[in-house]
Amino acid sequence: MKAPTASGVSAWIRDTSVYRSIVRHGVADTNLNRALVVMENLFLHVHPIKVRAKTLLTKHTYWLGGITLACTAILYATGILLMFYYHPSVPQAYRDMKELQFVVDDGLFLRNLHRWGAHLMVFAAFAHMLRVFYHRAYRPPRQFNWVVGVVLLLATLLLSYTGYLLPWDQLAFWGVSVGTNMVRAAPWIGEPFRFLLLGGHVVSENALLRFYVLHCVVLPVTLILLVSVHIWRVRKDGGVQGPPEPSAPLREEELP
Amino acid sequence: MKRRDFLTMAGVGACACAAAGAGVVTLDFLQPKVLFEPPTRFVAGTALEFPEGTVRFDREHRAYVIGASGGVYAMTAVCTHLGCITRFLSDENVIACPCHGSRFDLEGNVVHGPAPRPLPWIEIKPDGAGNLVVDTASLVPAGTIVRV
Ligand code: FES
Repeated sequence: MKAPTASGVSAWIRDTSVYRSIVRHGVADTNLNRALVVMENLFLHVHPIKVRAKTLLTKHTYWLGGITLACTAILYATGILLMFYYHPSVPQAYRDMKELQFVVDDGLFLRNLHRWGAHLMVFAAFAHMLRVFYHRAYRPPRQFNWVVGVVLLLATLLLSYTGYLLPWDQLAFWGVSVGTNMVRAAPWIGEPFRFLLLGGHVVSENALLRFYVLHCVVLPVTLILLVSVHIWRVRKDGGVQGPPEPSAPLREEELP
Repeated sequence: MKRRDFLTMAGVGACACAAAGAGVVTLDFLQPKVLFEPPTRFVAGTALEFPEGTVRFDREHRAYVIGASGGVYAMTAVCTHLGCITRFLSDENVIACPCHGSRFDLEGNVVHGPAPRPLPWIEIKPDGAGNLVVDTASLVPAGTIVRV
């Protein structure tokens, strides 16, 4: 009997009825099948079937949106893992931080990855917005996506801020005391909104739980929805727009 | 009006009412009805415990009880800048905020920013049984000293 080769095994897999039921087209050998591979896959179809080589140049986008998205993925993955060891209660929250740092295998690594990923995400999101601004990519037909992007930036900042309280250390406690006192300055709704946010008049266990729910459920779900809209809109608005084409020099008779 | 238009309006209206109702009920749900916060009224001690020059900081209730000449007064310990808890530095005889460096004198006046306002004075009065009771929720004009 012949030893199975890698291509033989993959050909056999591609021939099974299970595989054929999931992936309906054959191998991506023809142009049509290549298109079908992208079209019939939820995750791949976010990307256009064909892209211009130009849009893949680094200087076209500097990959800043992609970096932001990659940070998001890292933060979801590490965040979910951290949740296995974290109780949003006083004083357990602080102890859990210490446990993660000194006892749990790779806990320190995960916690730091989550933290630095969050910093990078804020930075990359800002840089992405600057890139879009200076490439004039906020102009029609992309004006709605710019607005979605602004809301995404807000969601990113709120995620960072709500995560700030969770370690329940001195920095967290006073950081949130100060931040929620700023909320108070909003006319009319400031005071009641702060009460709602903290679940009380001072930063307490209620506040910790509320920030936890916002940080782990409300904001991440919002972010996923908005990111989906954002990326889908990039395609619908004609793909990523890089630097504007340099305009042709004026001809003799056009000069003023 | 066409029947179709009427039904559309009725349907949209019903959905809008339901959404508004759900919003109101949710907002109400999110307001805690019982709070486990320290009460705003507390017994500071007897008048004898506060001879002139005493500054007592009550950490739990976030207040100072201060003995002055001929009486006692109380002041909140919550910084008027952004709400951190100040503390009394006895060697400098000044109340300082750790967050952004505001400083207050013992009457609550700002001696160093960024705090925009002096520390408010709060109510302190004898309860008839020889004790002084402070209420952090009721503000009194600065200079209100309880004679004891
Ligand atoms: S909160 Fe006291 S100085 Fe800012």
